[in-house]
Amino acid sequence: MPGKHKPTLAVWKFASCDGCQLSLLDCEDELLAVAGAVTIAHFLEASSAVLPGPYDLSLVEGSITTPHDAERIQAIRKNSRFLVAIGACATAGGIQALRNFADVEAFTRVVYARPEYIQTLQHSSAISEHVKVDFELRGCPVNKAQLLEVISAFLHKRKPNIPPHSVCLECKARGTVCVMVAQGIPCLGPVTQAGCGAICPAYQRGCYGCFGPQENPNTVALSAWWTHLGVDETAQQRAFRTYNAGAQAFSKEAARHG
Amino acid sequence: MDDSAKPRHTRTIRVGNLARVEGEGALYVRVKGNQVEEVRLDIFEPPRFFEAFLRGRNFAEVPDITARICGICPVAYQMSSCQALEAALGLEVGGQLKALRRLLYCGEWIESHTLHIYFLHLPDFLGYPDAVRLAQDQPERIKRALQLKKTGNELMTLLGGREIHPINVKVGGFYRVPRKAELLAVRDKLEQAREIALETVRFVAGLNFPDLKPDYTFVSLREEGAYPILQGRIVSNRGLDIPVSAFEQHFQEEHVPHSNALHATLSGQPYLVGPLARYNLNYDLLPAPLQSLAKEVGLGPVCRNPFQSIVVRALETLYACEEALRLMGEYEEPDAPSLPVVPKAATGAGCSEAPRGILYHRYQMDQQGLITEAKIVPPTSQNQKMIEEDLRQFVAAHLELPKPELTLRCEQTIRNYDPCISCATHFLRLEMEHET
Ligand code: SF4
Ligand code: SF4
Repeated sequence: MPGKHKPTLAVWKFASCDGCQLSLLDCEDELLAVAGAVTIAHFLEASSAVLPGPYDLSLVEGSITTPHDAERIQAIRKNSRFLVAIGACATAGGIQALRNFADVEAFTRVVYARPEYIQTLQHSSAISEHVKVDFELRGCPVNKAQLLEVISAFLHKRKPNIPPHSVCLECKARGTVCVMVAQGIPCLGPVTQAGCGAICPAYQRGCYGCFGPQENPNTVALSAWWTHLGVDETAQQRAFRTYNAGAQAFSKEAARHG
Repeated sequence: MDDSAKPRHTRTIRVGNLARVEGEGALYVRVKGNQVEEVRLDIFEPPRFFEAFLRGRNFAEVPDITARICGICPVAYQMSSCQALEAALGLEVGGQLKALRRLLYCGEWIESHTLHIYFLHLPDFLGYPDAVRLAQDQPERIKRALQLKKTGNELMTLLGGREIHPINVKVGGFYRVPRKAELLAVRDKLEQAREIALETVRFVAGLNFPDLKPDYTFVSLREEGAYPILQGRIVSNRGLDIPVSAFEQHFQEEHVPHSNALHATLSGQPYLVGPLARYNLNYDLLPAPLQSLAKEVGLGPVCRNPFQSIVVRALETLYACEEALRLMGEYEEPDAPSLPVVPKAATGAGCSEAPRGILYHRYQMDQQGLITEAKIVPPTSQNQKMIEEDLRQFVAAHLELPKPELTLRCEQTIRNYDPCISCATHFLRLEMEHET
């Protein structure tokens, strides 16, 4: 629209696999429309053109794992009108949060011959532990359609329509027969937030929780079911310690096992 | 100030944040007089410790976990992981299951190569900061590129459940295999993709390339009777020809002071992995029409110009489209989606051709199938020394260029490699000591 300020979009990366920001480039059908609706002001994976802030919408991928990153996120927050954390790394610390349950120095010695060169924090933490976030989009990786919904909601100043129910409802919607009930396959679907479209059960495997805990999950009841299916304690602990190991409901449940 | 006029002085090139690479990195070059004193590709990617926390995980969880090393080539991580674990368990995944793995991998090559060609690399040649701005002037070209990329992603989604971090890959095969009709449903799209890939080859071959032909040591896999994707022996243009299990006897990773990353070397020397290496070592395995096309567009059986890697990527994209069509045509539904797996105490190594080059994994597990040791050597860590070597040569030969242009060309030199910095599982950041 002539004369109207085009909102600016910035994409930031912390410790991550790049998958969540890649999801934006994977929106092949909508990418050019998005690029027409916003000014891409900072998106290093995609563009060498960098505009100065402040930015209307910042999407933040990745978790905070170094002292330098803990400072960088503060500057980004100051420079952003809305800040949305995208993906399991940014909302729960990601897979790299497995260090939170171990001794980082021992980890460093396993990977590096000269551990004294490594600067890292004991914990991998979510963005919301450092700054105020306006919205958290779950998933490892985020779902493309949900990502587009969040972007357009913020551009239109409305609340994103992201349902908080469990993966089970998506299985029902998709017509997938419950793999846990029918085949005895251990599944985290009942405690995991929807958003993926219930992919795993449709491919004959249990959900492994990549979208993190749903609102108020009954993890205790689920564990009892898994025990009944013959899953041992350490395996139950591992199941809650993956891509959302740092999410409170999962870390609490994991601590009950093992 | 034009400091190039004063060759005795120290000149530095710094690029604080490299754009259009995957992950985050920076460049530092220091020139003194006519000497390139120092070249560093700095990686700020914080350590993520995969090799450490894989210890204690069940082998069956490994392909889901290692996929998270890199969102751009998760299939490569899944394939190298599975093959390493299968080697340990003495399993041979063959027949249609192997064909499906190759098909899934073709999807990743198409998607990842197209991303690199059009989004990361091409804007340099045409003088744009990104593909989106390029699309304002050449909308058709970018729309076609997006269609090509999307087809790669659709293939990954069909076989893997989704394109980023597929959920359908397991040790021994797949959780579910597709019906023949499901595969044939994407056939038309792949045929269109093949046309776009062909156009892409001709188009990128016509770009202007700086003249540079380093005498690289190329390293790639060599697969029995087929252009290498899934597996094979590790070979070089200097006579190396070893099984994957011997990788660590020939390749070393060093963690040296004053370097910012683990550098892999082949008997102490830098080497190159990726499309150029694959092409030069396996040209004879390309189907005859692709060989003629390569000749027609001016490539020939040997291509040593790193800037022309964009042409080789385009050729490989076309190959992947054709290979996918062939595999689909020959597909028969297997009896079972996977082979039965019984854990035992064992060690095994696996290697596959990620779009950026060979990706090596080794795992040791105990009787219960819990991992006791993991080693992962990603392509970018292997190319890191070579990237710095290329930069050194390029800067030395172009000292007369004004600094902004030299800086841009250095960035372009890095992007030739498609370095995937987030996949660099164990890069690290190290502060440099500066001369005073
Ligand atoms: S949440 Fe998963 S997909 Fe997203 S950046 Fe982190 S590891 Fe990658
Ligand atoms: S693990 Fe669960 S949330 Fe993730 S894709 Fe599978 S079903 Fe969806």
